[in-house]
Amino acid sequence: MLIRVVTLALAALLFSTVAVAAGGDSGYPLLRFTPVTTDTASLQRGLRTFVNYCQGCHSAKYMRYQRLADDLNIPDDIMKQNIMWGSDSMAATMTNSTSEETGKILFSAAPPDLSLIARARSPSYLYTYMLSFYEDESRPTGANNALLPGSSMPHVMWELQGVQRGLYTEASDGQGGTQEVLSGVELVKSGLLSEKEYAGLVTDLTNFLVYLGEPVRDQRRRIGMWVILFLLGYAVITWLLYKEYWRDVR
Amino acid sequence: MKKQLGSLVSWVDRRFPLSQLWREHLAGYYAPKNFNFWYFFGSLALLVLVLQFISGIFLTMNYKPAAADAFASVEYIMRDVNLGWLVRYMHSTGASAFFVVVYLHMFRAMLYGSYKKPRELLWLIGMFIYLLLMAEAFFGYLLPWGQMSYWGAQVIINLASAVPFVGEELAVLARGDYNVSDVTLNRFFALHVVAIPLVLVGVVVMHLMALHHTGSNNPEGIEIKDNKDEKGVPVDGVPFHPYYTVKDLFGAVIFLILFALVLFFYPEMGGYFLEAANFEAANPLKTPEHIAPVWYFTPFYSILRAVPDKLMGVVAMQLAVFMLFLLPWLDRSPVRSIRYRGWKYRTALTVFVISFLALGWLGTKGINPVYTLWSQIFSVLYFSFFIFMPIYTKHDNDKPEPQRIAA
Repeated sequence: MLIRVVTLALAALLFSTVAVAAGGDSGYPLLRFTPVTTDTASLQRGLRTFVNYCQGCHSAKYMRYQRLADDLNIPDDIMKQNIMWGSDSMAATMTNSTSEETGKILFSAAPPDLSLIARARSPSYLYTYMLSFYEDESRPTGANNALLPGSSMPHVMWELQGVQRGLYTEASDGQGGTQEVLSGVELVKSGLLSEKEYAGLVTDLTNFLVYLGEPVRDQRRRIGMWVILFLLGYAVITWLLYKEYWRDVR
Repeated sequence: MKKQLGSLVSWVDRRFPLSQLWREHLAGYYAPKNFNFWYFFGSLALLVLVLQFISGIFLTMNYKPAAADAFASVEYIMRDVNLGWLVRYMHSTGASAFFVVVYLHMFRAMLYGSYKKPRELLWLIGMFIYLLLMAEAFFGYLLPWGQMSYWGAQVIINLASAVPFVGEELAVLARGDYNVSDVTLNRFFALHVVAIPLVLVGVVVMHLMALHHTGSNNPEGIEIKDNKDEKGVPVDGVPFHPYYTVKDLFGAVIFLILFALVLFFYPEMGGYFLEAANFEAANPLKTPEHIAPVWYFTPFYSILRAVPDKLMGVVAMQLAVFMLFLLPWLDRSPVRSIRYRGWKYRTALTVFVISFLALGWLGTKGINPVYTLWSQIFSVLYFSFFIFMPIYTKHDNDKPEPQRIAA
């Protein structure tokens, strides 16, 4: 009995995949996002958005153009015409011309490299972040982010999304009184895209960022299936071998 | 052909004890016939050691131990090196798997009293392996040069500064600098890939030599050497080869299935095997909000944090590991196996396991007063297991051990 309990407890520890869902510093609730990196079309759209809206300030210095072309089925000439603004070499990585110093001067903090952002944060974090910009006159860029208050990033896709405003609720301030707390955002002026289209664009972009964080993600799962299938077969053989050898032991 | 092979073997045997080694350690080494689930973990630990060596060697071929290049070189391995991702995940998953296997292996010894006479040295050598493993894991964790690598090392090295009078000097000596830096990374690399593995191999060989000298314990906790037939063969034993080689082979495949599940599908294991903060390059100017060690160190980290005074916390943490060394002498019970132990040891072991797991869980969490209180309660329970052991094991209602291993 004891052994069984302990085994279970240890197994629970070992296989608990309880994600350490790192929310924002603000405690703002995350929208749950399950990334899909098998959808090449979605990744291609995400790449387009990344190159057009992100890469001006953010680099992805560990990602090679050649790898992108191979993984996302993009011909070299299209890569060179539409994707590679900063380089002619397929072997180059996705850098840009915004230096760290320039970034600091422009935004007070240099825009981080995005190669591994999906792994350092989480897909849900990125998805929520890009849907949580709202109008805030007190900020130098005119926009603030509910998930990361005081974020120095401007809402670069406002033209597509439109304008959102913050929603506030009364909450206890812990000293008997109440205070206004930001509890959500709401679209007040629509942009070039509908709300649904914009959410789709953010979905594609998040999928792309997840791919960017670990280009081998789908390949490792595919290989993993075969490895485990092989091992299962091997387990049967070794089990039979074990049974055969131990038949005469009593 | 067979005749030629035989003459080759006898040629070698006259110059090197090949057949003798084979006989003494495999085909003629008798192990109890009643090994159960818990007895897989010794050979599995050896398997993981080999996996770590192989994957480690290949990682070293592309890794750059310099503060300016280390983080980028790991990403280079993950993206540009052929199958580099596989090797890297093998090594990172292997590190955690090593501790899973070793903890279960140690727990087995506590279940069946394997550390008791005449296996005290076997246990001590094993504990020494565990210490080396912790050192190996600690040094290795700095190498990817991520935020958690950097700040984890910073926190642990700073513990040395709690030592009175020479603390700060000790910390500087360990780092080779006033901060964790390129110098620290270089020496940790040297220790991780050369010094510790070298000692580790030697001590593992000693562990096996001690084991084959005393013979294995078993779930009944009785000596198979006490019952031998007229040829001097233990009647309740079977030759390690082929009986346990085929059985351990099956165990190894089952282990590899679980290992592959993590490696190919959950390499980060929800942030427990690869922490999210470590996907950000080390930044000496930016402290992460929450610095937590990897899961296998968290029980001891909890004990460190449970003590309000820094120096006493460090002492308590080291004592927590040291107590395990004393097990053979703290345990006064005349029987070995849990099967014949009284309710007192059974209860104590259950409480110990719960405390260890709870401390481990608490060590992954941030600090708040409730968690701190629980850490203190479980720390007290953890130490009570050892401190009161001479009393409760001496006056326990142990049952008589059997003479033979039942069929």
